[in-house]
Amino acid sequence: MQRSLGRIGKNWGLYLLLLPAVVLLICFTYKPMYGVIIAFKDYSPALGISDSPWAGFKYFEKYFHSYQFSNTIKNTLVISLYSFVTFPIPIMFALLVNQMRVNRFKRVFQTVTYMPHFISTVVIVGLMLILLSPGNGLIGNIYRLFGAEAPNLMGSGALFSSVYVWSDVWQHTGWDSIIYLAALSAVDPSLYEAATVDGASRWQKIRFIDIPMLMPTAITLLILRVGGLLGVGFEKVYLMQNNLNITGSEVISTYVYKIGLLSAQYSFSSAINLFNTVINFILLILVNWIARRNSEHSLW
Amino acid sequence: MLYVWAAIVLLVVMYPLYFIIIASFSDPSAVGNGKVWLYPKGFTFDGYQELLKHSNIWVGYKNTILYTVIGTMIGLVVNISAAFALSRKELFGRKTITLFFIFTMFFNGGLIPTFLTIRDFHMYDTFLVMVLPFSVAVFDIIVARTFFQSSIPNDLWEAAQIDGCGHLRYYTLVVLPLSKAVISVLALWMAVGHWNSYFNALIYLQNKDLYPLQLILRDILITNSMQSAMGTGEAAQIAMRLANLLRYSVIIVSTIPIMCFYPMVQKYFNQGVMIGAVKS
Repeated sequence: MQRSLGRIGKNWGLYLLLLPAVVLLICFTYKPMYGVIIAFKDYSPALGISDSPWAGFKYFEKYFHSYQFSNTIKNTLVISLYSFVTFPIPIMFALLVNQMRVNRFKRVFQTVTYMPHFISTVVIVGLMLILLSPGNGLIGNIYRLFGAEAPNLMGSGALFSSVYVWSDVWQHTGWDSIIYLAALSAVDPSLYEAATVDGASRWQKIRFIDIPMLMPTAITLLILRVGGLLGVGFEKVYLMQNNLNITGSEVISTYVYKIGLLSAQYSFSSAINLFNTVINFILLILVNWIARRNSEHSLW
Repeated sequence: MLYVWAAIVLLVVMYPLYFIIIASFSDPSAVGNGKVWLYPKGFTFDGYQELLKHSNIWVGYKNTILYTVIGTMIGLVVNISAAFALSRKELFGRKTITLFFIFTMFFNGGLIPTFLTIRDFHMYDTFLVMVLPFSVAVFDIIVARTFFQSSIPNDLWEAAQIDGCGHLRYYTLVVLPLSKAVISVLALWMAVGHWNSYFNALIYLQNKDLYPLQLILRDILITNSMQSAMGTGEAAQIAMRLANLLRYSVIIVSTIPIMCFYPMVQKYFNQGVMIGAVKS
């Protein structure tokens, strides 16, 4: 005890540097974690979190029995599994860029393809509304060029997941490939030389040198992705939502927002949110366990 | 073959952006009729003139600049300092404290408990809520910590210690000047994040004078789009055309700062990913 206090005292400067971040986390992240118990309570603002009466699993049952339960879970799963399928695209993209030998073209290519990543979600969704409008948008005009009727991409529940996922691919593929390019740049050039001497084709080099090189990074990112499987972000979905596509666009996070903040059912909303978080947590642990058993790569 | 693919990708990424630019200078009915493909038709500045009339855009612009500058400064101080402390072996309880940070990446209180907390702190609808409560970025801390551990030789600390230098002096006089790369990377990440964020403003702000640009953009680009499509008659048609034109120009004006900024600092971004990728 004395010794540890001594060590802390001797290094007080380090603790001082840590202080702001720790205080902020305690106030704005850990304190709300305690607040999660309102999911098991009949929260009333007058009584506060600790004094509100317990409600057991009432709000969880309410969610499981509500008609939005299967709908929100289904939509959330469809959208995240769909984006999951696009996981290899940045890898292929990195392999493509890595093959480019004309440096100037490569640089221009990268600059242009990273660019959309920096456009805000609000503007991206605004862009989509403009460009994908079947009436006078770009897509409408392209269809009309061929004498066909454009589908209403932003106003269809069935097409929602496709529009969501492919616009994400459009926006982020370039950027997401950076980390793989970083991994590829670590390949020892002599490996390629040796492969050339052995008469390996371009495809063989990609298959036997590049892809194995990318595996550790890919697995790490994949595990993190699975942990967020039920965590389809609020931001873009909420912006893309409208009355026409609501059947396909109501996901857990938007439902939590509407129930909680727009109709002020605090306990109910927290219960849905907690359910979501717990499932994500279990998935993360599960996938990490599988990855650890089947390869040397895992998060912990 | 390789370059054919690359050219197709380039076209798919670039054309929608290019289209918005030419559409913002075109007669809106020519855009609507599908006459605008490669260059502006019926050249006009009407959209940009309309933009000048909307004072809330400029209020939003000003707010966003303030949030970005102040938020980034707070974020840098908080996160870089914490990262440095966590990178030092002398920090007793380092493992536990690191875990305390990492845990928040996977678990949090969720929307409502966080909302209630912000209200308890009387931060709802204040300037402060946009720059302070959510400034701890654990991922950034890990990136910076990795940088400190791998790129700053420990010999420096030993030498500094012999000269009678404490942790704080060592940090400010030796470590920070050597860490410009990682600091600029994190500053850019944070600045882009602040510039583009709308979620916190949506949840925690009510006063329109505090709205950041993104929330104003949401009104113009997204919420209104449903309404303007519903009107009928000639007046409504003209209003709708003008509204569309305004949308094109507002996209250009709000995205230009980031787009000008980004090619200049691109190399730092790449560097940042390399720094972060050293150890996962």
